[in-house]
Amino acid sequence: MIGPMLAEALQALASNRMRTFLTTLGMVIGVGAVIVMLAVGSGAQRSIRESISAMGSNLFIVLAGSASSGGVRLGGGNAATLTLADAEAIDEQPSVRATAPLVYGSAQLVHGAYNWGTQVYGTTPGYLEVRNWGLLAGTMFGDSDVRSAGRVAVIGTTVAAQLFGAEDPVGGTLRINGSPYTVLGLLAPKGQSFDGRDQDDTVLVPITTAQRKLFGSSFRGSLRMIMVQSVAADAMAQTELEVTSLLLERHRIGPGQAPDFSMRNLTAVAETAAATARIMSLLLGAIASISLIVGGIGIMNIMLVSVTERTREIGIRVAIGARPQDVRLQFLLESVALALLGGAVGVLLGVIGSELIRRLADIPVEVSGGSVLLAFAVSASVGVFFGWYPARKAARLQPIEALRHH
Amino acid sequence: MTAALIRVEDLAKDYPTAAGPYPALHGVNLEIGAGEFVAIMGPSGSGKSTFMNLLGCLDAPTRGRYWLAGQDVARLPTDALAQIRNRQLGFVFQGFNLLQRSSVADNVALPLVYARVARAQRRIRARELLAQVGLERYAESLPSRISGGQQQRVAIARALVNRPRVVLADEPTGNLDSHTSEEIMALFARLNRDQGITLVLVTHEPDIAAWAGRVIRFHDGALAEDRRQLPRPVSSLSLSPESPRPAREQVA
Ligand SMILES: Nc1ncnc2c1ncn2[C@@H]1O[C@H](COP(=O)(O)OP(=O)(O)O)[C@@H](O)[C@H]1O
Ligand SMILES: [Mg+2]
Repeated sequence: MIGPMLAEALQALASNRMRTFLTTLGMVIGVGAVIVMLAVGSGAQRSIRESISAMGSNLFIVLAGSASSGGVRLGGGNAATLTLADAEAIDEQPSVRATAPLVYGSAQLVHGAYNWGTQVYGTTPGYLEVRNWGLLAGTMFGDSDVRSAGRVAVIGTTVAAQLFGAEDPVGGTLRINGSPYTVLGLLAPKGQSFDGRDQDDTVLVPITTAQRKLFGSSFRGSLRMIMVQSVAADAMAQTELEVTSLLLERHRIGPGQAPDFSMRNLTAVAETAAATARIMSLLLGAIASISLIVGGIGIMNIMLVSVTERTREIGIRVAIGARPQDVRLQFLLESVALALLGGAVGVLLGVIGSELIRRLADIPVEVSGGSVLLAFAVSASVGVFFGWYPARKAARLQPIEALRHH
Repeated sequence: MTAALIRVEDLAKDYPTAAGPYPALHGVNLEIGAGEFVAIMGPSGSGKSTFMNLLGCLDAPTRGRYWLAGQDVARLPTDALAQIRNRQLGFVFQGFNLLQRSSVADNVALPLVYARVARAQRRIRARELLAQVGLERYAESLPSRISGGQQQRVAIARALVNRPRVVLADEPTGNLDSHTSEEIMALFARLNRDQGITLVLVTHEPDIAAWAGRVIRFHDGALAEDRRQLPRPVSSLSLSPESPRPAREQVA
């Protein structure tokens, strides 16, 4: 039953190509827009997800200095209140998996004839664990380098490319603010952070080296921040409590006094960014799907015209034994075929459009199989929904009146 | 009394009009036996088409009863009527009423689609019927590519494809020239004689009615005459697939 009816539906569409084309245009544009919007949205979500996992999971940062002090707002990390001893004490807490103390500042790097300015981070070997970061070549500096404040460095791939070019940086020497450092390792590439920084444009040195030799004047014995990794996602609250009470106690801050540090949940920040991107993409998709309704109305309009034009044909079919449901099915198949045709072309245009956006605007774009399936499902639903009324109208025609038509 | 194939009792039809119901048919009583060839005549507006539409289950009577092959069909639900039109009845119209976008073979096979016959059987049966009306070679043509007489033969093939008990034809030669009309009538007469198909056929023309064994005349929505006659003999005229156009002198 469906077979010959589908063939007839396609025949009917093929017999009036221009009309079919114009009718499906609404669906084509609607589906294409939805595909592009969802692709841009899921591209953004994906890059944020990647940044989050690149950042390391279940992370807090503890910043030196309070958020506000004596009515004056201070940026985090400005007061010299956090020490290595604080970091070691935090590391002892039961819900803490790893910690990494950090001092950082910009420095000028030189290797041979090449110059490069970047951020240099002083930290401990635990940093790689906290950041969920691996090495491409060589090794991370060890605890003995931290104890001896050795002039050793581990560099990111961007720095390696800028200073060493094709040369193997591991075992090489670079100068940081004039002093020579031996390159022990090359970090695995990590790409952009969720706020858009190039994370591979970095140099890691032992924390003690940074404190005493590199940024000696500004960080005598103090830290800018401590990165704290919780043992698990559901231990985050526990970690926050433990670290806060530990530091309050160590810094002898009584109740009612302003703390001299602040703690931020980085994972929550990143997840908020991801949720925002998801909502944006849904919103864009929803706006684009309004054009699907317009496309559906176009289909309904042309199907109503078609029922009127083909009244006599319907009469003939009924006279030779078509039941009302057969007539309804035939017109429904036709409107669904029309909608699916528009949907298919729309998907094609959407995929091409997304690829163009990716290439021309350099935005991360991802056409998911799910959005293509969704587009077809929605197209078919639009066909059924907007074809229902015309099909019902056709099915209700009285045979004798339909045959008298024209 | 032997059970008639068609039996109507006090069959009446009023059409609703702005000036109130218009009685187009006033209580007709009639029986038609299996294998009969009946011509229905009468002036324009006398109710012939109204009567045919009721026989064809295309319209519901205002009053009266109608048995087709012993089944009371005057007031059946829509789907049951569709099935009767599909399995028991075949229609041939004045304007051929073929689907213009479908091939000749698909037109012939269409009733089989609604009877849910499988594709392979539909094809075989459509070819068989096209061979009977001598149009096998036009199976894949569109109706617009063949002559009016050929189109009416396609319509006859379509009417017969589901092996109906009765073929109803309302002025089937009304749009055809006299030569082509002769061809069509010869085909009807042959189907009636050779396959025992019951035929009810409306015409104004005595020449056409001459092929029937019984002539019923309507006047002002009522039966005015019902007489039997010796039908015009069916000649050796043939519509074999090899000679789709019969020679003129055979039908003269
Ligand atoms: N749908 C209709 N509405 C109102 N009057 C109708 C309708 N159909 C037919 N009639 C009237 O009924 C009468 C019989 O019509 P019809 O059966 O078509 O006659 P015939 O086929 O013998 O020419 C005519 O007077 C015609 O005007
Ligand atoms: Mg008439």
